[in-house]
Amino acid sequence: MADEMKVAGYICTGCGIGDRLDAGQLEMIATREGRIASCKQHEFLCSAEGVKMIKDDIDSGEATHLMIAACSRRAKTDAFSFGEIPMARANLREGVIWIRPEDPEQDETTQEMADDYIRMACNEVKQMNKPERSGEQELNKNILVVGGGVTGMTAAIEASKAGYPATIVEKSDHLGGALAGFSKKVPSKAPYAEPEDTGIAEMIAAIEADDTITVHLNSKLAKTSGAPGRFVAEIEGAGVTSEFGAIIQATGFTPYDANNLPELGYGKTPDVVTQLELEALVKDADGAIKRPSDGKEVESVVFVQCAGQRSTKENHLEYCSGFCCTTSIKQAMYFKEANGDINTTILFDDLRTPGAAGEDFYRAGQEAGVTFRKGKVSEVDGSLNVKFDDLILGMEDNIQPDLVVLATGMVPNSGVNIEAIAPKDDEEAEAGEQTENDDVVAVIDAESILNLDYRQGPDVPQLVNGFTDSHFICFPYETRRTGIYTAGPVRRPMDVEQAKSDAMGAAMKAIQAAENAALGRAAHPRSGDLSFPKFRLEGCTQCKRCTVECPFGAINEDEKGYPQFNEARCRRCGTCMGACPVRVISFENYNIMTVSEQIKNVDIPDEFDEKPRILVLACENDAYPALDMAAATGKIEYSAFARVIPVRCLGSVSTIWIQESLDSGFDGVVLMGCKKGADYQCHFVKGSEMAHYRMGKIGDTLETLSLEKERVAIYEVAITDIEKAPQYINDMAATIEEIGMSPFKF
Amino acid sequence: MSDLNQKMVEKYKGNFLQEVINNVEEGETMKMCMQCGVCSGSCPLGPHWEYPPQHIFMLIRAGKRDEVLNTDSFWNCTSCYNCIARCPRGVQITHVMHGLARYQKVLGLAPKNQPTEKFSQLFWDNLVQKGRVNELKLGLSLYFMNGFGEGIKTALKNQKLGMAMMKAKRMNPAEMFGGHGVKDPAGFQKMVKKAHELEAARIAGEES
Repeated sequence: MADEMKVAGYICTGCGIGDRLDAGQLEMIATREGRIASCKQHEFLCSAEGVKMIKDDIDSGEATHLMIAACSRRAKTDAFSFGEIPMARANLREGVIWIRPEDPEQDETTQEMADDYIRMACNEVKQMNKPERSGEQELNKNILVVGGGVTGMTAAIEASKAGYPATIVEKSDHLGGALAGFSKKVPSKAPYAEPEDTGIAEMIAAIEADDTITVHLNSKLAKTSGAPGRFVAEIEGAGVTSEFGAIIQATGFTPYDANNLPELGYGKTPDVVTQLELEALVKDADGAIKRPSDGKEVESVVFVQCAGQRSTKENHLEYCSGFCCTTSIKQAMYFKEANGDINTTILFDDLRTPGAAGEDFYRAGQEAGVTFRKGKVSEVDGSLNVKFDDLILGMEDNIQPDLVVLATGMVPNSGVNIEAIAPKDDEEAEAGEQTENDDVVAVIDAESILNLDYRQGPDVPQLVNGFTDSHFICFPYETRRTGIYTAGPVRRPMDVEQAKSDAMGAAMKAIQAAENAALGRAAHPRSGDLSFPKFRLEGCTQCKRCTVECPFGAINEDEKGYPQFNEARCRRCGTCMGACPVRVISFENYNIMTVSEQIKNVDIPDEFDEKPRILVLACENDAYPALDMAAATGKIEYSAFARVIPVRCLGSVSTIWIQESLDSGFDGVVLMGCKKGADYQCHFVKGSEMAHYRMGKIGDTLETLSLEKERVAIYEVAITDIEKAPQYINDMAATIEEIGMSPFKF
Repeated sequence: MSDLNQKMVEKYKGNFLQEVINNVEEGETMKMCMQCGVCSGSCPLGPHWEYPPQHIFMLIRAGKRDEVLNTDSFWNCTSCYNCIARCPRGVQITHVMHGLARYQKVLGLAPKNQPTEKFSQLFWDNLVQKGRVNELKLGLSLYFMNGFGEGIKTALKNQKLGMAMMKAKRMNPAEMFGGHGVKDPAGFQKMVKKAHELEAARIAGEES
């Protein structure tokens, strides 16, 4: 790259841009006001010819930085792809001509919109540098799998098949996990009519025969440190310390403790068993299934669904474990297979048999003569009298079988809930975030699984009910610790087949993480991004906000209390940048200045021109595309006074931007991020939540400026909100009309 | 309790579902009922049944033999076939309802003075005489179903309608004397007799 920065501008006049806008004026603004080295117009910039023009300029050294004024940065990304060359895109199509009506009376404000986007892009790109990989880690193809159940074994086998050696760490003395104790499993193949072999023996044999899979039994992780591409795990029990590229946590579940259910007879008589205990009973049975108390052959059995589940009672599980209805059908079929005359009754509240396979298996159960009764069990007494309300017939009824089976749920083995033990005495933890956890004073007796040597705690964060946090919609395997993937029932309750496909997904993600780390590339959603935050430590005040607020635990602290960044753990959201009060954190291609310069270079008309300016900071993942799509409908408009700047995540928004914009005469600021909370859609998990928290305190800033608090609004916008997102901008325009223009226009 | 009923109770020992499957027409289709309740919702007379079809199926599965065999619910079925048309699981509901009614009667448990049950008997008795329904006689037997005085009263009330029907050749008074029948009455009687024998043999098989 040439030492001298040469910003080359390209204005596309295709797609109607040239018809609606004065391209000559735009070019003049780019060169005179934007002061870029060169600027060219092209009537079809994304064509092979147009792209070649740009490439030629790059090759000849005429262009080291690019300002492309055409369509949205989300459009034509294949054409406008010039490696790591810094590039700013002025959105003249979706951002201007498509969102504004074709009307001579509006032409002036529409042109002003375009003029500003040119000024903004020219000044943005000057603040950008070419990012380069850090080289912090090399390629390490070894995958660590924690847990040797069906999920862990599948993950190891899949990784090995793809050419990535796997190491299984299993705390017990055998592989197979819970499934090893099963008699049979719910069928995985059409016609889904009969229970099938668990397949555990074959899996164990495959692992034993595989040279690239190492198994450590009776072992656990004493310490895990590092980052993707360079994880170091001390394996206690095996007495080895090894390096890994990525980690899959498949630690499964613990059966719910049925001792919490004395009302259902558990503990009162040995003839009330859980589903897992029945599996053992059936496995050990020689011919007829006999009940534990007196060895009598079971002639009638009742299954009680949702035992201690889907209930808000103390010590019950609030959620549905999802696998237990099909498991009860399978177990009823054990009895029917042994003797068709055995009465098998399943008492359910809602029968949930997920998937086509589940539905077929339910029908197979009906064919086999299993009785399904919708009923709520109130009591099972010591003599096995099952009292229940029949919810179809609306009557109380009771059955006295030989055996009662309780369908109890799954409790995830997710280790320590690190957010419940967040250091309360750390003042920055309180200043930081986790407002919803302020009242949590939990006593944790869980043992850590990963023993992570991370500042943020020894295990991966949990979301609700102890299950590990992951972006449920878009990135189900990604935990909040990059390079560590959870799969199976530790992530959400699931059955064997679901756990297997979960394991495959996690294995693929782990492989991807190891490869990405070697290349210095980001994982999702900024896949392939080489930029990473840089810390100007001489300006750092050691406030620790970045280390606390990073949703991914990317930042440790060194001995002196300075942030110690781990590139491969970073997702490049910039939440640290938004957190830093002294603004010492920046990315090569995204920093405080790239946005500040855009804000400063918007032309602010005089107060009496009646032309307000609205700054819109829109999340590039959802809100910005929603605005683009609104434009593409051709029916939706938003105010010509809006100037939209995409941000990586609302979490990266620095309050200085808000302050600067209001200082320089903007009349309103609209922030749009993703949904936050337990059912969040934020692509960086906590970014949107952090932004809302920080903006909750913006009132003070406004007060010092003597401005109305209505001038700053923050919204949660989903990618589908193509009507709402423009409406929020128009609402701000209406608000400004009501409360008047900003007094800060000079 | 009839002998047959007693024997059935002993034979099936509370497995009423199996008893129904073995003895009621299309009874085996009931296995696939998933209790969605579309049948009850589709039944035009559903609200007037003691147990609508969905509940009958649930009672059968729950082994509530007495409840099912002592209700007059299925006698209310008008054979509109809405339920069969709508059942997502292919349960032959209308047939099962009629089958249950018949089975109830076979067991000697049919409700007393149930109008549909009475009419069904009159219809059958009328039909088996000549293999064809004699509408005039069937109508008259309906008039006199509840006693002689009641019959005369109803007949007089419908006098005008009857005359009009005769004029329009919709009713032939000559039907009172013999009336029309099938071409081969002897063959027809043989067929009915054979059917009775088959049914008797089936029940004997059930009893054994």
